[in-house]
Amino acid sequence: MEKFRGVDYYEIEGLLSEDERMVRDAVRDWVEAEFLPVVIEHHRAGTFPLDLMPKLGEMGIFGATLQGYGCAGLNNVAYGLIMQELERGDSGLRSAASVQSGLVMYPIHAYGSEAQKEQWLPAMARGEKIGCFGLTEPDHGSDPGGMKTRAVRTTDGYVLNGTKLWITNGSVADVAVVWAKEADGEIYGYLVERGTPGFSTLDIHGKFSMRASITSELAFQDCQIPLENKLPHTKGLRGPLGCLDQARYGIAWGAIGAAMTVYDWALQYAQQRVQFGKPIGSFQLVQQKLVGMITEITKAQLLCLQLGRLKDEGKARPQQVSMAKMNNVQMALDAARLARDILGAAGIVDEHPIIRHLMNLETVNTYEGTHDIHTLIIGRDITGLDAFGM
Amino acid sequence: MKILVAIKQVPDTATQMKLGADGKTIDPTGITWIVSPYDEFAVEEALRIKEKRGQGEVVAVSLGPDRVKEALRSCLAMGCDRAIHLNDPAWGAADTLMTARALAAVVKQEAPQLVLCGRQAIDDDMGALPAQLGELLGWPSAYWIMEEAVDADGKTVRVARQVEGGLEVFDLPLPAIVTAQKGLNEPRYPTLKGIMGAKKKELKDVKAADVGLAAEAPQLSITALEALPPRPPGRIIQGDLPTAVKELVRSLREDAKAI
Repeated sequence: MEKFRGVDYYEIEGLLSEDERMVRDAVRDWVEAEFLPVVIEHHRAGTFPLDLMPKLGEMGIFGATLQGYGCAGLNNVAYGLIMQELERGDSGLRSAASVQSGLVMYPIHAYGSEAQKEQWLPAMARGEKIGCFGLTEPDHGSDPGGMKTRAVRTTDGYVLNGTKLWITNGSVADVAVVWAKEADGEIYGYLVERGTPGFSTLDIHGKFSMRASITSELAFQDCQIPLENKLPHTKGLRGPLGCLDQARYGIAWGAIGAAMTVYDWALQYAQQRVQFGKPIGSFQLVQQKLVGMITEITKAQLLCLQLGRLKDEGKARPQQVSMAKMNNVQMALDAARLARDILGAAGIVDEHPIIRHLMNLETVNTYEGTHDIHTLIIGRDITGLDAFGM
Repeated sequence: MKILVAIKQVPDTATQMKLGADGKTIDPTGITWIVSPYDEFAVEEALRIKEKRGQGEVVAVSLGPDRVKEALRSCLAMGCDRAIHLNDPAWGAADTLMTARALAAVVKQEAPQLVLCGRQAIDDDMGALPAQLGELLGWPSAYWIMEEAVDADGKTVRVARQVEGGLEVFDLPLPAIVTAQKGLNEPRYPTLKGIMGAKKKELKDVKAADVGLAAEAPQLSITALEALPPRPPGRIIQGDLPTAVKELVRSLREDAKAI
């Protein structure tokens, strides 16, 4: 296959600033040279190339929109383009960056004390320290407000008890942002360092999706943490949801990257694969699939670009982020399924990236708020009526 | 130590070239422009020399239309300190000699101790400019360099290039011109901070008159460009195996004259 040339049917390129294009191109080149050559072996082995974290840090990928503490201070469109290019590599790569930036550095930056920021942000920006985010529990996924993890105040700190599940980078993280309820029934955030007595992790195996990504369970059994490890400026579900809003924004862009790569691959395949004496791209049913893909990708690109501009103006609402996440991931999943169809048998082997992206997107479709939950968020927003069954 | 890096903006290697309507130019629509890869080695080497010595200045320079600013900004994002854009309609049809004259004029103004560039640009593969520049300046020059070391005093540079079975090593007194071959180094990725900082760095437009050059006509002009002829279709020999093999051998011998 020819080198990836980008997918831009509507001259959206012209809506990007020179800085934004340069950021995207730098990350695209990096993924091409450093990540794509190793992704298949990691996907087969079910491992993540941890050695790439400091290299991503050196480029300035982590916490790229944050100001100060060694972060690049990019706008949200540039950040989105980074996520797009990382997920063109693999959803696992984008997840690692999303978690580090949106779910760990963001809450420390937004809700943390100055000492917490100084301790963690520069090292995490460099990719020397890795973070994870513990919100979801075995019995509480879409309903995080019902969490069972508890934090009990003692004389010199807090004692945590509970279990968190489906935690990206859980077992390799130097620090976990853990959400738990206190006696007042409110949710607060805590920084739990690896090696703290009573804190253990277990990796989840047997995954058919997100194989090039580490997914773990975090267990807290009478885990004692010092007072100063509590995030001082957050109370209630609003805190973790604010983080998810950041991560969902990145996912909406990332999904475009996955869709772009399966589309580009399927298009080239359809132009080269000959059946009945003609390239299969000359058949109407194949063209219909390709046209459907490029049309939906173009719409998703415009959706994200406008969302990014709104976010830069401070006007983006969480419900709008929900729409982009919901639409774009479904779009990418549909595109991957169509691409897999076009490739026929070749669509299921990992020398082509299609099946890897297709399986990854099954995860992306349900994590960080399932497609259905985002539908209900938008439904409540436009009708003013709550369909969450509460 | 001041180092000047001469770079050229060229179409990305993944671009599929189309001829313009006049048959003498390339159709620019849909082309993604990049810094010529050999020139990136030159930029990287200049930055490494500066970093190793702990001081100095790296100036990127390029000749071409407005779009060339993007290539120069990539160099600034990689770490060059400032950039000079030779941007004048008078240079619109510049051949290598005109380009070398313009660069020589800049070199005289800037007075760097070292000029680095790629061994050739990957668009027209001329590779004539470094030698012409050396001739115009009267500077020693070495080409296709794989290893480079400027001495501690900044008086000479030791360079090596690959020859059959080994390396050929030269010492050049500075100032000198050195051209980069693949293998000299691994160019860095621009960091996101570097990209954001690039627009705050100086990128100066320079016209022919600014460097004291009068208008001149190029001595080299393109008469015609031709696309490669399409590959003739393959032939599948039908029939049972012994007959097909005989026909294949006959065809290779008589039609293709390959055996």
